[in-house]
Amino acid sequence: MHKATIQLEALICPSCVQKIEKATKGLSGVDQDSVKVMFNSSKVKFDFDADKISLEDVEKAITALGFEVIKSQAKAK
Amino acid sequence: MSMQRYILSKKNPIIVISAVLIVLGFTSAMVFHNETVAVWSLAIASVLGVAPIAIQAYQALRVRVVSIDVLVTIAVAGAFFIRNFEESAIVTFLFLFGAFLEQRTINKTRSAIKELTEMAPESALKQMENGEFVEVEVDEVDEGDILLVKTGAKVPVDGAVLSGEGYINEASITGESVPVGKEKGSSVFAGTILDNGTLQIVAERVGEDTTFGRIIELVEEAQDSKSEAERFIDRFSKYYTPAVLVLAFIVWLISRDIELAITILVLGCPGALVIGVPVSNVAGIGNGARHGVLLKGSEVIGDFSRVDTVVFDKTGTLTVGNPKVADERIYGTDSEELMAYLASVEGESDHPLAKAIVEHIGSTEFYPVENTDVVKGGGIVAQVNGHRVAVGNAALMDQENVHMSKEVTADIASFEQKGNSLVLVSIDSELKALLGIRDQIRPGVKNDLKKLKKLGVKNLVVLSGDNQGTVDLVAQDLGLTEAHGHMLPEDKSAFIEELIGKGKIVAFVGDGVNDSPSLALAQIGIAMGSGTDVAIETSDVVLMNSDFSRLPHALGLAKATARNMRQNIIIAVGVVLVLLFSLFFSEWMNMSIGMLVHEASILVVILNGMRLLRYKLRPTREEK
Repeated sequence: MHKATIQLEALICPSCVQKIEKATKGLSGVDQDSVKVMFNSSKVKFDFDADKISLEDVEKAITALGFEVIKSQAKAK
Repeated sequence: MSMQRYILSKKNPIIVISAVLIVLGFTSAMVFHNETVAVWSLAIASVLGVAPIAIQAYQALRVRVVSIDVLVTIAVAGAFFIRNFEESAIVTFLFLFGAFLEQRTINKTRSAIKELTEMAPESALKQMENGEFVEVEVDEVDEGDILLVKTGAKVPVDGAVLSGEGYINEASITGESVPVGKEKGSSVFAGTILDNGTLQIVAERVGEDTTFGRIIELVEEAQDSKSEAERFIDRFSKYYTPAVLVLAFIVWLISRDIELAITILVLGCPGALVIGVPVSNVAGIGNGARHGVLLKGSEVIGDFSRVDTVVFDKTGTLTVGNPKVADERIYGTDSEELMAYLASVEGESDHPLAKAIVEHIGSTEFYPVENTDVVKGGGIVAQVNGHRVAVGNAALMDQENVHMSKEVTADIASFEQKGNSLVLVSIDSELKALLGIRDQIRPGVKNDLKKLKKLGVKNLVVLSGDNQGTVDLVAQDLGLTEAHGHMLPEDKSAFIEELIGKGKIVAFVGDGVNDSPSLALAQIGIAMGSGTDVAIETSDVVLMNSDFSRLPHALGLAKATARNMRQNIIIAVGVVLVLLFSLFFSEWMNMSIGMLVHEASILVVILNGMRLLRYKLRPTREEK
């Protein structure tokens, strides 16, 4: 399992959080229970299985919703 | 896809063009009575304005979320369908312009925490294999790497100085801005700034493991932590938005009145309710972070604001925590030998009283110490030079079968009366010495406690392992309501449990080293942290740099933040109720006014939250 943090542009609408959360949870390879979308710090934190999905794939899914990714990092746990 | 992103990136120009078109539309209708131009410009403004909203709605629906965008898009489409272009143009414009203002203002509420996170070091000069130092990203530094820190640079990691000398400003960690001298072997902390000199350091902890990294992570988690009420609002809003959609549809089915149905869609937007609490939260925690107070989340703020009983640990909290031997009585002779034994035994312990004794004795011969036995809540017993030496309180002497003469009992009483902690020394079960150790009260504590009372704290209690005399003296000095001595750590936590059982809301203030059970048990555990303690992890509130004077600010801030959240909830709910009421019982309500009031209410809650950034406790009369 890898632990990832994605820094997004400043989130302002609370429904953004819902959207990103649903989109990220829906990806296979992402541990559903670990997904945390932080409104004020505008970050997404989650665990994922690097064999099934890459960090870039998750970023793409979030960008597809219209949110800009500023920085991301993943670490093996 | 790229078309969608292009439109979204052009929101600001769209707002401007919409505004121009709307003005054009209304002037041509009202001044020039040219209906054709009016209709066309308003229709174009509607289509242009709804484009980014519709895209966001589509993106939300794809992941099965009914967002506010969905409601607004349907409402605008409906208005367009019944050829009410005025409404559709104005509603889209207000929605976009509102979002623009929200972004600006909400960033302000987050500014305090952003300032903190921006203090994190970004790059480091790392020694490569060829011995040269090369600038790298701080993420690329590993434990054990050797780094160069130049004058004016930020220390990138927690580590130890290998060579060089310099002065470091550690304000970001300790809040203390007087530079600290560093030389070979000194510890340095990430995020502090080298004022002058050059240092070579070895990295010991990097990234999120550094003290600074941990503080930032705690603050970041705190600003997004949710209270029970907020989680309820979240769950509620998940069903609320679809419910509004269904309601509007039902109203349309029954009344066949599209105008009414789409007005309901706009009025039902939940904006201010969902955003009100998080903005108060982030502004309040941000204010704390600026003032050396770490509040761990909105749940903590809620509990802390209702505190009526504050329990203090004495040593290191109310007092400086650096006790000194103040009185001394020797029984019998051979005092040099005695002092050497005593220093040898006490050298084994890192108890503050033991440290005070070692310091008091100063340079002496040290003997090897064997069979050291630390008696919890009693003292220490050990074998030195063939003698059994016991150092500790009266209970330990009792256990050691030491006979106390009348003289000794009288001395003990007089020592206690002076506010001393007592340390008795026996050698082979014979009492040899009585030491009185005293700690100074922290400067300013009295005034700080007064402020707490003013903020509505009813009971101020001190608990201590010291004797009752000492504790009573401190309590009297400081005007506390209750004082209990002879307390072991487990007695303290039992006492707190009892208070909670009586329905009190208890905050416990301690240094966290031996008080972790009490810190955990009290509804609010407040740690006096120098920034490196484990207590930071287990407590709910941390006073950075062990600064007691921040406690009143912390409580005042918690109260102000909790109040602010309540205000925002009332504003949000009130606005929705008033709007719905007006819709059914008055004539003046329509979609545009609804959107205007709705957006205004969002801005009002954000601006209200922003006030917390400037919160300051009013100074007391003495301070003025």
